[in-house]
Amino acid sequence: MANGNAVNEKKEPFVRIIKCDNTPRWYAWSMRAVAIVFALLICAVVIVAITGLNPLEVYKAMFEGAFGTERRIWITLRDMMILLCVGIALAPAFKMKFWNIGAEGQILVGGCATAACMIYLDNVLPLPALFLVMALTSMAAGAVWGLIPAIFKAKLNTNETLFTLMMNYVAIQITSYCVALWENPYGSNTVGIINSQTKAGWFPTVFGQQYALNVMIVLTLALVMYIYLKHSKHGYEITVIGDSENTARYAGIDVAKVIVRTMLVSGAIAGLSGFIAVAGASHTISVNTAGGRGFTAIIVAWLAKFNTFTMIAISFLLVFLQQGACEIASRFNLNDYASQMITGIILFFILGSEFFINYRLVFRGKMSKEA
Amino acid sequence: MTSANAIELREISKHFGEVIANDKVSLEVKKGEILSLLGENGSGKTTLMNILSGIYYPDQGQILVNGKEVNIRNPKDAFDLGIGMIHQHFKLVDVFTAAENIILGLPGKMKLSMKRITEEINQLTLKYGFQLDPNKKIYDMSVSEKQTVEIVKMLYRGTNILILDEPTAVLTPQETTQLFDVLRNMRDDGKAVIIITHKLNEVLEISDRVSVLRKGVYIGTVDTKDATELSLTEMMVGKKVSLNIERAEPRDTKELLFVKDLTCMNKDGIKVLDHVSFTAFGGEILGIAGIAGSGQKELLESIAGLQNPLSGSSIRYLQKDEDAPQELVGKSAQQIKDMGVSLAFVPEDRLGMGLVGSLGMVGNMMLRSYKRGNSIFTERKAPRELAEEIRERLGVVTPSISTPVRKLSGGNVQKVLVGREISLKPRVLMTAYAVRGLDIHTSYTIYNLLSEEKKKGVAVIYVGEDLDVLLELCDRILVLCGGKVSGIVDARTTTKEEVGLLMTKNEKGGE
Repeated sequence: MANGNAVNEKKEPFVRIIKCDNTPRWYAWSMRAVAIVFALLICAVVIVAITGLNPLEVYKAMFEGAFGTERRIWITLRDMMILLCVGIALAPAFKMKFWNIGAEGQILVGGCATAACMIYLDNVLPLPALFLVMALTSMAAGAVWGLIPAIFKAKLNTNETLFTLMMNYVAIQITSYCVALWENPYGSNTVGIINSQTKAGWFPTVFGQQYALNVMIVLTLALVMYIYLKHSKHGYEITVIGDSENTARYAGIDVAKVIVRTMLVSGAIAGLSGFIAVAGASHTISVNTAGGRGFTAIIVAWLAKFNTFTMIAISFLLVFLQQGACEIASRFNLNDYASQMITGIILFFILGSEFFINYRLVFRGKMSKEA
Repeated sequence: MTSANAIELREISKHFGEVIANDKVSLEVKKGEILSLLGENGSGKTTLMNILSGIYYPDQGQILVNGKEVNIRNPKDAFDLGIGMIHQHFKLVDVFTAAENIILGLPGKMKLSMKRITEEINQLTLKYGFQLDPNKKIYDMSVSEKQTVEIVKMLYRGTNILILDEPTAVLTPQETTQLFDVLRNMRDDGKAVIIITHKLNEVLEISDRVSVLRKGVYIGTVDTKDATELSLTEMMVGKKVSLNIERAEPRDTKELLFVKDLTCMNKDGIKVLDHVSFTAFGGEILGIAGIAGSGQKELLESIAGLQNPLSGSSIRYLQKDEDAPQELVGKSAQQIKDMGVSLAFVPEDRLGMGLVGSLGMVGNMMLRSYKRGNSIFTERKAPRELAEEIRERLGVVTPSISTPVRKLSGGNVQKVLVGREISLKPRVLMTAYAVRGLDIHTSYTIYNLLSEEKKKGVAVIYVGEDLDVLLELCDRILVLCGGKVSGIVDARTTTKEEVGLLMTKNEKGGE
């Protein structure tokens, strides 16, 4: 029994994790608030240690970077809307557990299609028709990019993660080709601002605001997608397939058809965000038009658990941090990495707080006393 | 020392969030005895055993092994204390031999002497009366052989306290008898054995004492010799229950489903169903018996349009008496539904096939009805009413009808599924292991629901594993063995032994 004695001396584990159900809402939100406070404290320590700057000044700069002037607020909104739009595009695909890593490419081909229309059709079509054609071609281009991997997945059960990922590189090459084709001025290796004189195909100002149309389009999409996923028969089929393909087949759902149909929707909306990025924001096209949003939006979609309204908050947070980081980088002459560290710490704490909302740590000796 | 208890649990409590799995449970297991742990679903048996084997850590309470207080923090601690647990799902490496699996994870020299290990294993199997070839690969083994490997693995590692979680669920009667002989030998050798099972006749046959849990609370322990099935059920349920299955004589039976030469292959090109032929009658319960994996799943899925039977197979369904029967082979589940075939199916894998785990009861009711109507939106009123009705009638325990069914206990998940399928008012009702994992009380509710359907003229196809129930509930029993029909017998006149023999009929000669 020597064995038994050895074990006998072992103490209770130092810390144990216990799952909590039904965490009250006030507790969850106060946990998140505490997380932000902690994040700011830790960031302050890092800021002082690395740069010797006053952390309050840095935070103020961050805030001003995103909201300092009216123009900045609109730029924050503009970027947030593009990110949100891509998130909305990804929601149905990911809800179906179809790993659409290809939004980046879908945005780019949508952007290329938009730019092509702006360049070749600006004198051909009247403005409203041009707009319609731009929107439709961008959606069609994105839809094709989503459709190809979906058909292979549905018919041959290929791995959609790799397939959509590789489609991105094809899209990037096509975009490079287009940039070379439309290069302006010659030798600059960029397309430059398209139709900078006529502004043909640019989003018009609404209520005197340049980006108001972006906000209206994307928020409408968010609402429509919310209803589509939550209350439509299509949305129900997506939920069932995402949970179990066998259950879907059991219920008589044509799984292949739903996969193709959903990727058509997903790709089309991603293409549309390319349209918004080109016609509604940059008025140019380059391989950086998507700017990693196709990947960042995956975070947006998952964190929001595919609820498009929660996505608004999350894309706001991400864009705010990004704008703030740019501002402190330029104002205090820091390099990008320092400001990205701060964003990283804040995100880490916010995500980490979800753990403490769902679980509780019990330290040695605590439990028996409590009871 | 011999008088000391092998295990003593003192006021063990364990909570999962709001759910109390164990509430101050105290339990003693003596050396050299077989203790049955009995309780309904969700009574905390498995949680308690998982605490003993180091998977969970108790919130409160003490564990004494051989009279000394211990802390079991992880499975390794449990293993060091000589506690071994055999789970329902085996943890074996398929491509290894029995001997390799047995020594896996044990400390040893760089160079292994497999010959010596094999000898040691053979000594063990001889001592306790196992039948095991240490050099056989796991993938060649039957379920019962795999279980033997698991038990020998524990014994080889010096386990003195063996816990078995529903070990007989997957065994034939003959295999169960063999297992019980081995357990008795282990008891006589001074080891402590704890066995969790839902089958009361087995409890009475094998154990020395029975401990009963109800809703996480320890009810009491009785000597098996003083117990009867009825007294144990009362302890478990807390009130008097009748354990009778009402079996009416089939009336007005008519042929509804004709299965002929049904042959299916699995992904590896192995025939899982081989020229299966039978006829199912409305107004009777056709039982399907067989060792797990004998083709039951494929048979039911073929009828439901979820398999691709080979050509030459035929499943015909009689829609109206005056019409000729319609062919179902080659049609998808949706096409079969569109043809007006009124079919309900409770598949074996509840959350993987019959239900959507992330949705609540309402969302799961919709699975069968959401396509109705021309609106692009789903209609929720009728499913909500149906969910409320099923919750009421079958006593589904759930915080709300919108709580994801994944969070419900196994028994409640099953009730949701069975309730929905019966609500379809089918003409053919197929159930695969409809009561697996359900406690005795709920099981009888379901048996009686099936009997009621039969009286309404439904053709009930009942795939089951408990032969006693098959004999008591069904009118005819079809026995599958290795994908072939090895016999169709009259349930009223056959015996367990006859069915058991049919279940293993051509296995000895064939594989």
